[in-house]
Amino acid sequence: MSLKTTAILSDRPANEPPLLEIAGVHKTYFMDGVTVKALRGVNLSVQRGEFVAIMGASGSGKSTLMNILGCLDRPTHGVYKINGIEVSHLSKNQLATVRNRQIGFVFQGFNLLSRTSALENVEMPMVYANVQAEERRERALAALASVGLTGRENHTSSQLSGGQQQRVAIARALVNKPAVILADEPTGNLDSRSSIEIMAIFQGLNERGITVVLITHEPDIAQYTKRNVRVKDGLISSDEAVARQLNAPAELAALPPLEQDGLADEIEQPIPEEQEGAALP
Amino acid sequence: MNVWGVIRLALVSIARNKMRSFLTALGIIIGVASVVTMVGVGQGAYSSVQSEISKMGTSLIMIMPGSSSSGGARQGAGTKTTLTEEDANAIAADCPSISMVSPVARSNAPLVFANQNWTSQVMGVGADYLGIRAWKLTSGRFFTDPEIRNGAKVCVIGKVVADNLFGSISPVGQSIRVKKMPFEVVGVLESRGQSGPNQDQDDVVVAPLYTVQRRMLGVTYIHMVMASALDDNSVETAKEEITTVLRRRHRLLDKEDDDFQIRTQADMAAMASSTLGIITLLLGAIASVSLVVGGIGIMNIMLVSVTERTREIGIRMAIGARGRDILTQFLVESVTLSCVGGFLGIVVGMVLTNIISRFTEWQVYVSIPAMVIAVSFSAAVGIFFGLYPAWKASQLDPIEALRFE
Repeated sequence: MSLKTTAILSDRPANEPPLLEIAGVHKTYFMDGVTVKALRGVNLSVQRGEFVAIMGASGSGKSTLMNILGCLDRPTHGVYKINGIEVSHLSKNQLATVRNRQIGFVFQGFNLLSRTSALENVEMPMVYANVQAEERRERALAALASVGLTGRENHTSSQLSGGQQQRVAIARALVNKPAVILADEPTGNLDSRSSIEIMAIFQGLNERGITVVLITHEPDIAQYTKRNVRVKDGLISSDEAVARQLNAPAELAALPPLEQDGLADEIEQPIPEEQEGAALP
Repeated sequence: MNVWGVIRLALVSIARNKMRSFLTALGIIIGVASVVTMVGVGQGAYSSVQSEISKMGTSLIMIMPGSSSSGGARQGAGTKTTLTEEDANAIAADCPSISMVSPVARSNAPLVFANQNWTSQVMGVGADYLGIRAWKLTSGRFFTDPEIRNGAKVCVIGKVVADNLFGSISPVGQSIRVKKMPFEVVGVLESRGQSGPNQDQDDVVVAPLYTVQRRMLGVTYIHMVMASALDDNSVETAKEEITTVLRRRHRLLDKEDDDFQIRTQADMAAMASSTLGIITLLLGAIASVSLVVGGIGIMNIMLVSVTERTREIGIRMAIGARGRDILTQFLVESVTLSCVGGFLGIVVGMVLTNIISRFTEWQVYVSIPAMVIAVSFSAAVGIFFGLYPAWKASQLDPIEALRFE
């Protein structure tokens, strides 16, 4: 009864489950007879609309955590829920579908298909979601426009700079309207200027209500997010809100101007896609 | 992911490595081309033999005496002396499915004309002989009934004999000596060519039965009865009728075997056909070995391709491709490769077949079933040899695949 009342009274009920919820997750690997405990009981929940950085040194278990969050891997013990639905024991094929619909990946190495146009790269997730060709094209073009790559749809990866490739990857991650964007060291292969540009895009997406989880080992990159979670030896060592969030567009403006650089302006343009969910923090 | 999407993906990836794809498909091209060509050639040989045999007339029936025994050693077919002219007459009288009958006695004999000599087979025959063999004369005439009845010393000669004894002289009306007996040549037979290895049908002298059997050989038996059934369909009935008549005449008990053999042209045709059928099958089988080799080539390249594209597979999986999407993608790629190879192979095979038919007298033609089988076989090869690499790709772990350099 009380459940019903809250649902009617508030458009965001108090008992709505967190977007991502990890409880008591262990991950143990067996490699060459050696047992490696990568995660040793991690609890973490991410609410809708958050912008979280997961930080840690290499070997801390943050990559394992990222793989589990991204449904690329299953925990040895523990529970992982997306939107309140448990996904930790789904089959391989079911996990593939969850990745396709709920998660948008951005990788350190961009991971675009080589010799394939930006447009086709962005269309790819929709191919596996059985979206019709016409709609695929429309949505891919819109996603590319939203990361400021209008006019470069037919360029292949080798014809794009690192920053541009990463923006194609972001467009690809966005295009199926996932619940969360998981970015694994998205700025690791980029110079500082491109890094800030990419962070500006993420901030823009987050302002539109899109949940972003970022894995990084660079503290200054983490300063662009709203919440920093530190992982150490397979456990979460700290979890705190960012006191003074850096504003990427402002930082970009403070940088010495670059010749032939019109990209920063493009990013700041309003994104031509309707806002998702008005009742977001 | 829909079917067209997958096929498009496969075509794109094939087009991306044109040279490699072509070389991979080459194995299948050669395989299918050789199957199509070999089966085409085999069938061409088959049909040309068939037409040769049917030219000779499939209603021909030959009755030969069985094997005689001498001290336990059987002497082989046609060595018994139980067949007589009366048997031939009885067959003519009592077998309704038989239209023509001729007894045959034969012997090899030296022939002499002027200063030329030649040795050939002399056949003593009845009036129906030429009719049974569907044989015509190029000049002169055949024997008259009185000549046959009385055993006149007349003969018609085959083309080889005419060429060897007479050269450019016209043989008709000339006198030759057969085993020192003078014969008048009354006609020359039209050329028939060889009927088998070392059997030149034109190397023959034909004379009345009585003349050869009694005057030359001095025997009472005959070597063979040649007969002709009413038509191709009554050959089997005729065989049964002849068997009944001869068993009765030779007073054979039920438990005794026939003391004669009946051979028909249809039997010979069937034998020739089955021999050629086996050869065609053999040629096809040998050619299909190259198809299998082509399939292994596809498997090899697909395995390389899976390894090379491990990262792509990882990306696709991370983005939501299920194992079966990856499996289909690679399977369609290998099947497309093999099918394209199959179609090109048919084209090459047709060209080769036409070239061969131009250089041989055979009526070589492209067999539709062979093409259908070759292409479906190449598709099967694509599936069979593509399955393992595709399965391997679909089983990749996305984390490992993404890490692959």
